Amino acid sequence: MLAVHKQSTRGCCSTLSTMGSHGLVNTERFETESSGVNHTEGGWPKDVDPNEMEQTIRFRKKVEKDEGFMNSIPQLGNIMVHCIQQNNALDIYQEYCTEEDDGDSAEPPSAKTINVFRDPNEVKRTVTCLSWHPDGGKKLAGAYSSLHFQTSHTSLCQDSYIWDIENPNRPELTLKPVSPLVCIEYNPKDPHTLVGGTYSGQIAYWDTRRGSQPVELSSVEHSHRDPVYKIIWLQSKTGTDAFSASTDGQVLWWDVRKLSEPTERLVLDPGREGNLERALGAICLEYEPTMPTKFMVGTEQGVVLSCNRKAKTPAEKLVCTYEGHHGPVHALHRNPFFPKNFLTAGDWAARIWSEDIRDSAIMWTRYQMSYLTDACWSPVRPSVFFTAKMDGVLDVWDILFKQNDPTLSVKVCDEPLYCLRVQDSGRLVACGSQGGSATLLEFCSGLSTLQKNDKTLLAAVSSADRKDVLSFNFYLNLVSDGLDAYNVQQLMTRAEDDFYSVVEAELRRRDEQPQVTEHIKGLE
Amino acid sequence: MAEVEETLKRIQSQKGVQGVVIANSEGIPIKSTLDNSSTVQYAGLIHQLLLKARSTVRDIDPQNDLTFLRVRSKKNEIMIAPDKDYFLIVIQNPSD
Repeated sequence: MLAVHKQSTRGCCSTLSTMGSHGLVNTERFETESSGVNHTEGGWPKDVDPNEMEQTIRFRKKVEKDEGFMNSIPQLGNIMVHCIQQNNALDIYQEYCTEEDDGDSAEPPSAKTINVFRDPNEVKRTVTCLSWHPDGGKKLAGAYSSLHFQTSHTSLCQDSYIWDIENPNRPELTLKPVSPLVCIEYNPKDPHTLVGGTYSGQIAYWDTRRGSQPVELSSVEHSHRDPVYKIIWLQSKTGTDAFSASTDGQVLWWDVRKLSEPTERLVLDPGREGNLERALGAICLEYEPTMPTKFMVGTEQGVVLSCNRKAKTPAEKLVCTYEGHHGPVHALHRNPFFPKNFLTAGDWAARIWSEDIRDSAIMWTRYQMSYLTDACWSPVRPSVFFTAKMDGVLDVWDILFKQNDPTLSVKVCDEPLYCLRVQDSGRLVACGSQGGSATLLEFCSGLSTLQKNDKTLLAAVSSADRKDVLSFNFYLNLVSDGLDAYNVQQLMTRAEDDFYSVVEAELRRRDEQPQVTEHIKGLE
Repeated sequence: MAEVEETLKRIQSQKGVQGVVIANSEGIPIKSTLDNSSTVQYAGLIHQLLLKARSTVRDIDPQNDLTFLRVRSKKNEIMIAPDKDYFLIVIQNPSD
């Protein structure tokens, strides 16, 4: 066998001859075999044969006599008894609190900002409406316009944008309407198409595959006379129907394939005469695809109108009204789990209504410090809703958890928030501000996953009939508004107690003083 | 000697204790309340486990040392209290 002779690398010279070496080195053969070790009785000292009982017994006795043994065993015994007793006292390995949502309720609700999409133009416009792409919510369409009365329109850019939520640097697509868009909606049936209402009252229809210019535009004469504040796609066979509302007092129905004229018109005259002069200005709409004949309109005058599209006469189309807001109703949304209940936001509070109860709302939030501009329910949790305020704060309310205050308040920006849209997963919320920035927030899983008891608890609340509502209202009054009164009562009793204790202390002191003076007298 | 007996009695009187084995550092069982084969088995196997556990603790932190070892199984719990020269094994069935 050739053994390789290792050379040092220093001063290495290579030769062309084969390398050979002088000697051979090899080890002797050593046979190995794999086998397991049977450690049944190990460790016996050499002189003790494990099989001999005598020897083992003798060994054991010797150990028992050992002092070390006698000292250490009681010590070990003490430790051992402690643990045995521990085991007996309580099952330390038992699964306590097996509910899965233990982790969620432990952590406080939180939200984090994922992205901010800013208006690329110099003169920033308000984000007046946001719409999520229906397929997965990877894109956000925003309507940008300035709703201030008679701002100079020449310098104002009229474009609106579609953003990819992963890229806040540049909008994915620019939409160029003839007049700034006040509202915009993706078609839930066809994610490539959008419809928008403009400041001039016209309706425009886009197909994102066909570029920035609208594919169809309604004619000025047949459109609204005021900005179109809300437009919603309808559930229909063709998937091309939408309806829009404006402060001119009309609700118009359109077929986007032919926007030259509306297909239907409704004047929101509470007198039911179709009188445009007495009509209420509409600023928001509500439509639920599962109830295609009904819809609701929120007006500038603080009234919510419930309407039926299929009524025979125009007079019957306005079914009933819900009054309760002191100012324009900016948001109107049905609870996705309990459609009989809807949420409205306007003036400084958000109110929850039950369809059947016309007199008043069944629940309302405390009056906030600033104006509410938008609100919507969470699509995954029936008791959670979001509100946007003029101080730039987004509140998350959970009515099963706390009715007085929001569960979470997020200060999104310093400018007023104008609109709010929850994505279908319930985790992401986009809100638009007056400064032209749309912020994307992500909420913690506690707020965006359905909890076990949500539906049953909320069902109890929402199925309130008249009597219950009145007493429920009373209770809530006590809880929300009246809690302050209760606090006042407490303060008063406490003040009274303090007063009386001070008076008593003074009287006691006076009583003691004569004793002192008598004592002094006695000394004299 | 009496103390050792007393200790053993105390341990055995606790609820759920099924067996007690005292073994030395070589793994030779000194005293036991179980039958011979079980005793030998426990002593031998636990001894190996103990060595491993102890070396694990000391490898991670040489200043540290193993004070107690609990092996919880479906049917019962084996508790091992080690010492320099001996170790105490108790098998308990916490029946609660």
